[in-house]
Amino acid sequence: MNRKKLQKLTETLTKNCKHFDKFEVKCLINLFYTLVGDVTERQGVVIGLDRNAFRNILHVTFGMTDDMIMDRVFRGFDKDNDGCVNVSEWIYGLSLFLRGTLEEKMKYCFEVFDLNGDGFISKEEMFHMLKNSLLKQPSEEDPDEGIKDLVEITLKKMVNMGNLEFYIEIFCTNLSTFILQSRMEFETQVFKDPNEFNDM
Amino acid sequence: MGVALTRLAQWTAAGRGTRTLETTPLNEAILKEIIMFVESFIYKYPQEAHYVFVDPLQWKTNLNPSAFESGYSVSETTVKSEEVDKNGKPLLFLSVPQIKVRSFGQLARLLLIAKNTKLQEAQACVEANRNPIAKILGLDYDTLTEDSSKVNILDKIIKEDDPEIDMKMKIAMLLKQLDLHLLNHSLKHISLEIRLNPGTVKNDIELLKRFSGKGEHTVLEYIDYTSDYEFSNGCRAPPWRQVHGEICYVLVKPHDVETLCVTCSSEGVFLNGGKTDDEGEINYERKGAVYKDLVTFLKEKSAKFSENMSKQEFAFSEEQQKEKDQPNEEPKKEEAITFHKAVTGSDRSTQEKNQINFGKTRMTKRLEPSLNWKATVDFKERRSLVRDSQEEKHIGRLEKARPSVSPGRAQIVRKSAEKIEEIISESSSESEEDEEPPDHRQEANADLPSEYWQIQKLVKYLKGGNQTATVIALCSMKDFNLAHETCQLAIRDVGGLEVLINLLDTDEVKCKIGSLKILKEISHNPQIRRNIVDLGGLPIMVKILDSPYKTLKCLAAETIANVAKFRRARRAVRSHGGITKLVALLDCGQNSTEPAQSSLYETRDMEVARCGALALWSCSKSYANKEAIRKAGGIPLLAQLLKTSHENVLIPVVGTLQECASEESYRASIKAERIIENLVKNLNSENEQLQEHCAMAIYQCAEDEETRDLVRLHGGLKPLASLLNNTDNKERLAAVTGAIWKCSISKENVTKFREYKAIETLVGLLTDQPEEVLVNVVGALGECCQEYENRVIVRKCGGIQPLVNLLVGINQALLVNVTKAVGACALEPESMTIIDRLDGVRLLWSLLKNPHPDVKASAAWALCPCIQNAKDAGEMVRSFVGGLELVVNLLKSDNKEVLASVCAAITNIAKDQENLAVITDHGVVPLLSKLANTNSDKLRRHLAEAISHCCMWGRNRVAFGEHNAVAPLVRYLKSNDTNVHRATAQALYQLSEDADNCITMHENGAVKLLLDMVGSPDQELQEAAAGCISNIRRLALATEKARYT
Repeated sequence: MNRKKLQKLTETLTKNCKHFDKFEVKCLINLFYTLVGDVTERQGVVIGLDRNAFRNILHVTFGMTDDMIMDRVFRGFDKDNDGCVNVSEWIYGLSLFLRGTLEEKMKYCFEVFDLNGDGFISKEEMFHMLKNSLLKQPSEEDPDEGIKDLVEITLKKMVNMGNLEFYIEIFCTNLSTFILQSRMEFETQVFKDPNEFNDM
Repeated sequence: MGVALTRLAQWTAAGRGTRTLETTPLNEAILKEIIMFVESFIYKYPQEAHYVFVDPLQWKTNLNPSAFESGYSVSETTVKSEEVDKNGKPLLFLSVPQIKVRSFGQLARLLLIAKNTKLQEAQACVEANRNPIAKILGLDYDTLTEDSSKVNILDKIIKEDDPEIDMKMKIAMLLKQLDLHLLNHSLKHISLEIRLNPGTVKNDIELLKRFSGKGEHTVLEYIDYTSDYEFSNGCRAPPWRQVHGEICYVLVKPHDVETLCVTCSSEGVFLNGGKTDDEGEINYERKGAVYKDLVTFLKEKSAKFSENMSKQEFAFSEEQQKEKDQPNEEPKKEEAITFHKAVTGSDRSTQEKNQINFGKTRMTKRLEPSLNWKATVDFKERRSLVRDSQEEKHIGRLEKARPSVSPGRAQIVRKSAEKIEEIISESSSESEEDEEPPDHRQEANADLPSEYWQIQKLVKYLKGGNQTATVIALCSMKDFNLAHETCQLAIRDVGGLEVLINLLDTDEVKCKIGSLKILKEISHNPQIRRNIVDLGGLPIMVKILDSPYKTLKCLAAETIANVAKFRRARRAVRSHGGITKLVALLDCGQNSTEPAQSSLYETRDMEVARCGALALWSCSKSYANKEAIRKAGGIPLLAQLLKTSHENVLIPVVGTLQECASEESYRASIKAERIIENLVKNLNSENEQLQEHCAMAIYQCAEDEETRDLVRLHGGLKPLASLLNNTDNKERLAAVTGAIWKCSISKENVTKFREYKAIETLVGLLTDQPEEVLVNVVGALGECCQEYENRVIVRKCGGIQPLVNLLVGINQALLVNVTKAVGACALEPESMTIIDRLDGVRLLWSLLKNPHPDVKASAAWALCPCIQNAKDAGEMVRSFVGGLELVVNLLKSDNKEVLASVCAAITNIAKDQENLAVITDHGVVPLLSKLANTNSDKLRRHLAEAISHCCMWGRNRVAFGEHNAVAPLVRYLKSNDTNVHRATAQALYQLSEDADNCITMHENGAVKLLLDMVGSPDQELQEAAAGCISNIRRLALATEKARYT
């Protein structure tokens, strides 16, 4: 990709993205292309990270392990549902993750949990998300009982709290490595120039 | 030959490969018992002896056919008994080496024949017939002991009334009895060998519990543990008792005896000192003989128990044995067995009752964890009692501690006993262990609250969940009312504390935050605090203080603030470097490293500082921590924080300062850091608590004169005076009056207070106030009354009467201050008249008998102006019966202050000739002379004055000389204190009237010293010195004259 094109891309993306400045966007674009690797650009072929590649990144870079969640995070990134994350989706998704406001994160979180996308989180969906969260104890008669109980607690809490904060709790925990631990590392890694880094 | 046998043999010979019995003493004993049973069977139960077994007992015998004699048809290899059954079969049939026996009668005879080899025969029989009962009675009867069909059989028996079945039943019962007998027998054997262990004790108690309850048929009214908490090793005794081998304590109420409090230890069971109702504590001391187990113990103690026990014995031991045999058996089944067994031979009503018991016991089984909650004692009551006794302890110690503290500083106003504890812990050494007993596990409510189960479930999720589940569980747990003791203890009892503390060690910030939020709440509970420290929570929390996340720091600091309420915890914080880290939190400017994004958990820097100060406040109650805070540079930071306007930050900051200001080094720093200014500023705050702590800090700091001036210069006296008008908040009032007291030590401050009309208000506070306020109020009045105007004000406001009334109190600090104030008032003749009228002098005089030296001294000082200013002082003094003797005897005290004050009093008493005569009779001269060799200038001065006044009577002058008082007095002239010089010169002048004294003085070089004194600007001193020289000189002249004439 030539320099001019890159320049242009950077500018458009910077305009659309409120959480990153130009330098940061450039860094992220560079990172994106490094991750995608050498794919010659052809007309009609979308360049991007497919599901597996993206999941790999989530796993390696952010240490996420839960299949379910990784899958949902991918879906969250892949706005146009074409099966791969392109540059603009990449930038947008990361801006949300790294710099998103509470509300944005909440919205995202909701999407992650709303498996069927009907705008509601049902008990079943919640159950799916929490399925692997408890250590299975062989002694127990019903291994799912604990999880069902957790779902009850969660939903009860959501109703009590007007949903708001609790989503974030769960969201952040699910993606906690993503949000809290690796973020700083990630940012310093990506945005290497310290001079440009001050305003964050 | 019963069930027991097979089983007994099994356990003793456990692990054997072949099916033979081991030759152990126990097995032998059992076999002997069986032999005895069988041998005596024919005599005891002749009818049953003829009963023919369903199947013959069959074994290999070593008996020779030739051994059989009459009653048997003997061939070379076979022996048949002549006794036959209905079908004509012999009851004993021997075909070498096999032998078959089919009745008890034959068995008995066989054993008789066997003679010396009885034992071997019995053993062989038992080994070969693994299930004798089945063979003897038929399979029905064997299984009936194991399952529920027994009831049916019983029914059958009743209906059919078959004589054979009747006999079978009887034999069954007999075998049962044997069984039981064997069990007991073997138990005796075993228990001789084995020391009690928690498991057996627990079994015993559980079993007894099942047979306890109301009504005639139970063995006990109730039996229960005193503590429901079971340690992992199965013991319930507190750890420090476990080292003595004690396992648990049990409260037993037999039907016919009072409740017994019993200690089960590995040595055995014995009665302990009991758990008194008003104490709540167990007296661990042994009060009786040691019994080998609980049942034996109870049999000894309660006749009813032993009676009922023998009825129940059967079921009890049967079950005991069962438990031992099949520890893994389903509890339910076990219960069923008990139930059905209990039915045997008893009527329907018992059956029903047992059914209930059965249900109950099942419940107990199911509710196993709930045992923690079953009450034996009212928990609340117990706590308060414990607290009471502690307070007593502290107060006791405080009294002991007092003499070592100077009178002025000793009485620091404290809010509560807890604070008293803190004072003590400051002054006592750090290595001492905390007095508070570490654990009380039992709680009040008999039923478990639903929260308990919910919390238990949540803790389970905490243990076995990933981060998401953990966070959900934490959030949900936080929704409980964590301020409630039930929830706090529930978390602990289900093992939640361990998990929560463990979570702090993870990398998961969310989990740490959640865990800390819960810990912060529950650590308000003193027991939980201890548990947290015991579980090593503090080092981890201290580590978290380094975290880059402010929220975490804050929560950790707040939790530390809660936990560090007792000494061991404070020490732990310090030894893990927590103080430095906490001090660092105060420096809020540096902590801006946290990334901006975690908006949800964003905390303000001020909050961090607040939490840090809060934790320091808690920590600053230990002396070593104060030092550590100072060394970590905490004072400048605290001073910095004082400038903020956030009340919630100011309170802990001022609190810390107030706590620390008890140290001299701090007071210097506080002055240097210009902290007083801000303290004064905050006195004007709206917040009562803040005002209180500021006043308290000023109270502590105003020991120092410069500080007192600073308070005045910054205008602190006016707010103090105005705060006096609000008397509702007693704690604040105490702090404010304390500050006023200390400030009024400076004269300028007193003038200010007079301007602000504070003295009138103080007089108003002399009545209806708690002691801590009174001490300060009276102290302040004592200082104010040093000035004439104020004395007049106090008199005009009617302050004398309440002051004199306070002389009858018992609070030593108060008495010291009251006597001082009364003494100050007595300087004014008009006030003195009032004091005299109120009989104040008598009250003061009686305080000379107070055991506390500070009170004695203060009272003696106060007496001086009283004697000076009273009309007919001499007469008044004489009117106190034994008063003069009392005063003279006080000269034997070893407290310098007391001595000085008594000397001063004697000076005044001696002004009256008659009184002087009396005290001379009481031996005042030798006592004063003995004191002469002192170094204390204060004592020297008053002593010299006393001597000079006592010279006025009879041959006292000579007597002083005889008691070697003169030479030391001369040395006083070398002192630097003019007051001492004056008093000494006067004394020497009086003494020099006697020739011998003059010689002594001259020998000790008094003349030269006195010559210098003549040049003093002090007229009295001049006069006395000159008079003394003239006496000496006159003597010299007279001697010379005598020589030459």
